[in-house]
Amino acid sequence: MGLRRRSPGAGLDGFAVATVLCALLVAGPLVGLPLSFVAAPGGLSEFSGFVPEAVVATALLVVGVGTGTVLLGTALAMLVSFCEFAGRGWIEWALVLPLAMPGYVFTLFALGLDVPGIRSTGGAICVFTLVLYPYVYLLARAAFLAQSRTLLEAARGLGMSRSRAIARVGIPLARPAILGGVALALMETLADFGTVNLLGVRTFTDAIYRVWFNAFDRDAAMQLAMLLVSVTLTLLVLERLARGRARHAQLAARGDAVRPVRLRGPAAALAVLGPLALVGLVVLAPLAQLAVWSVQSVSDGLLAPEFATAARNSFLLAAMSALLVPAGALLLAYGVRASGSRVAGVAARTATIGYGLPGSVVAVAVIVPLGWLERRIDGFAGTGLLLTGTVIALFYAYIVRFLALAWGAVETSLLRVPRQLDEAARGLGADRLDVLARVHVPLMRTGLATAALLVFVEVMKELPATLLLRPLGGDTLAIAVWQATTESLFRTAALPALLIVLVGLLPVALMIRLSGRRGAELEAGGSAVAWAEDLEVARA
Amino acid sequence: MSEVRLRGISKTFGTVRAVREVSLDIARGELMAVLGPSGCGKTTLLRLIAGFEAPDVGCVVVDEEMVAGPGRLVPPDKRRIGMVFQDYALFPHLSVEGNVAFGLATRPREERDALTRRTLELVGLQHKAGRPPHELSGGERQRVALARALAPEPALVLLDEPFSSLDASLRAGLRREVELILRDAEATALLVTHDQEEALSLADRLAVMRDGQIVQVGAPVDVYGRPATRWAAQFVGEVNVLSGVAHGSGVETELGVFDLGEPASGSVHVAVRPEQLELSAHHDGNAEVVAREFRGHDVLYRLRHEGGRTVLVQLPSLELHDVGAKVFVRPAPAAVTSLVD
Repeated sequence: MGLRRRSPGAGLDGFAVATVLCALLVAGPLVGLPLSFVAAPGGLSEFSGFVPEAVVATALLVVGVGTGTVLLGTALAMLVSFCEFAGRGWIEWALVLPLAMPGYVFTLFALGLDVPGIRSTGGAICVFTLVLYPYVYLLARAAFLAQSRTLLEAARGLGMSRSRAIARVGIPLARPAILGGVALALMETLADFGTVNLLGVRTFTDAIYRVWFNAFDRDAAMQLAMLLVSVTLTLLVLERLARGRARHAQLAARGDAVRPVRLRGPAAALAVLGPLALVGLVVLAPLAQLAVWSVQSVSDGLLAPEFATAARNSFLLAAMSALLVPAGALLLAYGVRASGSRVAGVAARTATIGYGLPGSVVAVAVIVPLGWLERRIDGFAGTGLLLTGTVIALFYAYIVRFLALAWGAVETSLLRVPRQLDEAARGLGADRLDVLARVHVPLMRTGLATAALLVFVEVMKELPATLLLRPLGGDTLAIAVWQATTESLFRTAALPALLIVLVGLLPVALMIRLSGRRGAELEAGGSAVAWAEDLEVARA
Repeated sequence: MSEVRLRGISKTFGTVRAVREVSLDIARGELMAVLGPSGCGKTTLLRLIAGFEAPDVGCVVVDEEMVAGPGRLVPPDKRRIGMVFQDYALFPHLSVEGNVAFGLATRPREERDALTRRTLELVGLQHKAGRPPHELSGGERQRVALARALAPEPALVLLDEPFSSLDASLRAGLRREVELILRDAEATALLVTHDQEEALSLADRLAVMRDGQIVQVGAPVDVYGRPATRWAAQFVGEVNVLSGVAHGSGVETELGVFDLGEPASGSVHVAVRPEQLELSAHHDGNAEVVAREFRGHDVLYRLRHEGGRTVLVQLPSLELHDVGAKVFVRPAPAAVTSLVD
C-alpha cells in the first residue's frame, strides 16, 4: 500500500525541496550559535567583565522600558478608547507616528541639544519608552475597542464608578494585549544597538560590537550573541503566550463597543494637548531640528562627501532587499502550498525564527558559515573574500533577519487566494510555476507590495548588522548617522537621519490611511495587508 | 469507443474508503452524471479523474492515454480535462475574456483570440467579454466557468455540483442551457450531483454511487424504472417497497398483482413507484388518506393501507382526495415493477 500511494503533494517534490533548502539557508546559521560554546569553551574568558555588565544593563533596560511603555501606552490607549473629545480621531493616529522614529535618530536629536543626563541608562530608558510606547498603545487600544460595553455596564450596575469599572474590568481584560505590546517593545530594545552605543549603555549588542571590532574574536561574539538570543527567545515565547490569550479574551467579549465618555473644558484641552506635546517631542521637534541642521550643514559645506555614496548604498540595499526578501517569502509560502508537504510546512516555520532576533546576532551567525564556504571556494578558485567581504553577506543577513516580516504579509495574502483557483488553473494546463505567475502574484499584489515596503524601510533603518557586515566603502545612511553622532558631528548626521525618518513614515502613513477608524492591532505586515485587502474587497 | 475509462479505482483517506473499486466508461460526446448523497465519494472520484488526487489502485484512461495507473501519474495540467467548480473559481483579477483565454496561453495569438471569441459566443457572453467576474450574475458566472473549461477543447469536462450555488428558480432554465452548450460543443462531460431531478433530466446515462461504490449505471429511465437495489430505488425518487410472491412474469402483493420486468418466482421484494399506483374514492376502500402533498402538477398522497403499512401514491392533480377519506388503491395499468433486495 505504502509504495502505491503517490498522492500529488504527499512526497518531496521540487517545490518542497526548494522550500526546505531555503529554510535551511535561513535557519541554519542560527543553529550554529550554540555550537560555539562547544567549539571554543573558553571563548568568553578574555571578556569576563562584559557579561555581568551586559546582564545588569539589560535587566535595568527591560524593567525601565517595560514599566515606561506599559504606563504611557496603556494610559494613551485608555484616553482614546474611553473618552470622546474634539480631535480624538486624528490624535488617535498621531500617537502611532513615533513608530517611524528610530531610537538612534531620536538619540542624535537629544545629544545634539545636549539634554542633561541623557548619557545614562536612565536616558536610554526614556528614549526607548518614547519611541516604543506605540506597540503597547496599539495593542491595548485594539483590546479596549473590542471589549463589550455590556461588561463595563455590568460592573457599573454592581455599584462601581466608571473609573473603577475600567480599572477592575477593562484593564484586566486587556492585560494579555498589553503584555504582548510590551514584549514587542522589549524585543526592539534588546535588538537595539545605535541608541545604547551612542548613550554609552553597555548591553549585549554593544558588547558584541566591541568584541567583534576591537578584539576580532568571533567565538566570543557568537557566545555573547547566543546569550542575547536566549533572552530574546524567552520574550518571544512570553509574547506568543500573551497573544494567544489575548485572542481568547477578545472572542469572549462580543457586543457593542464601549461608549466613550465626553470630555469638556480643561479636561478636553488636556486630552488634546498632552498627546500633541508627546508627538511634538518625539516626532515633530526632531524633524524640525533635523531639517534646520540639514540646511545648515548644506550651506556650511559640513555635509560629509560620503553622503551621496551612503544615500545610494542605502537605497540600493533597501531596494534589492525589497525584491529579494518578499520573493524568498513567496517561494517559501507557495512551496508549502504547492507541494502540500508537511515537511515543507515545518521548514517554512523554521525559516521565520529570525523574527525579532537582533541584527547583531544575525550578523554574527551568518558570518561563520559564509566564512567557511568562502575558504572552500577560495581554495578552489582563488576568489578571495568573495562572500564575507561583499554585499552578499549583507543580503544574507537581511534575508535571515527580515524574512519573517515579509512572510507575515505574504502568507496572509496567499491564504486569501482560494485553493480552487489553483486547481482551476492546473486543469486549464498551467503548471505550478504558471499558477504562481498568472494567478497568485496578480492576486497578491497588495500583500507583496506591503512586504516590499516594510522590508525597504527596515533595511533603511538597520544599523547593527550593516555595521558588522558592510564591505569597504559600503556605508549607508544609518551608518553615516551613527558615525557622525559618535563624533558629535550632529549637523552632519542630520540630513541622512532626516531621510531615514521620512522613509520610515511611509508604512505608518499607509497603515493609518488604510485602517481609518477601524479598531485593529499592529501585527507587523499581517494586519496592514489584511486591512488593504479588506479595503479592496469593500471597493469591489 | 470510450473516451474515458476508469478501471478499479480506489482511494482511501486515513481510514475512510472514499472511492472503492470504481469502474466506469464514458463514451465520446456522452453526458454522464454521477448521482449520490453528499459524502458518497463522488467529488473524490471527480478529483481523481482531474488529477488533483492520485488513486491508490486502479487506472484512469483518457482518450487512449493512461493518465493515472500503476507507476504513472500525469499532473492535472497535462490531462486535457476541463473542470467547472461548484462555486466556479473564476479568476477575480481577469476579465471574462481573460478567464476564457487562460487555458489557451500556449496557442498562437490568432488562434487564441478566435477560440476565445467562438467559445464566448457559444455561451452567449460575447457582449460581456471585458467585464470582471464580480459584475456578473450567478448564471453568467457559471457560463463563464463552462466557457473557460470548454475553450481548450478538452477530452472531458468535469462539472462538480454545477447548479448547487444557484437559486432554485434559475436551476431548471440553466440546466437546459448548460446541456445545450455541452451538446453544441460536442463535449464529453461528467457531472456530479446529489440532485436526482438534475441527474435524471440532464444525463444520457447516470451512475448511482453509495459509500464509494457505484451501485447502478444506466439510462435515467432504467435507473428510475428498474432500480438495482432498494437503496437506489429510494434514493432516486419516492418508492414503495412491497413484499410479494412472484409467479413468472407477475407478482402478487397486498396491493394487487403487478407485472415484473424480469421473470421470477417465490417470495420477493418489488419497488413500486408512487405513480405506478392509482386510487379512487371508495367508502369501503382498502386505505385511508393520511396526508396530502399538493405539488401543482401532481399530488402525492400518503395512505394507510388496511394491512397497516404506509403507501405513497402520486396522481395528477385533476381530482383531489381529502385527508381522512377512504380510498381504494390498486396497481395502475401497465405498471412494470422491478425486484429489489
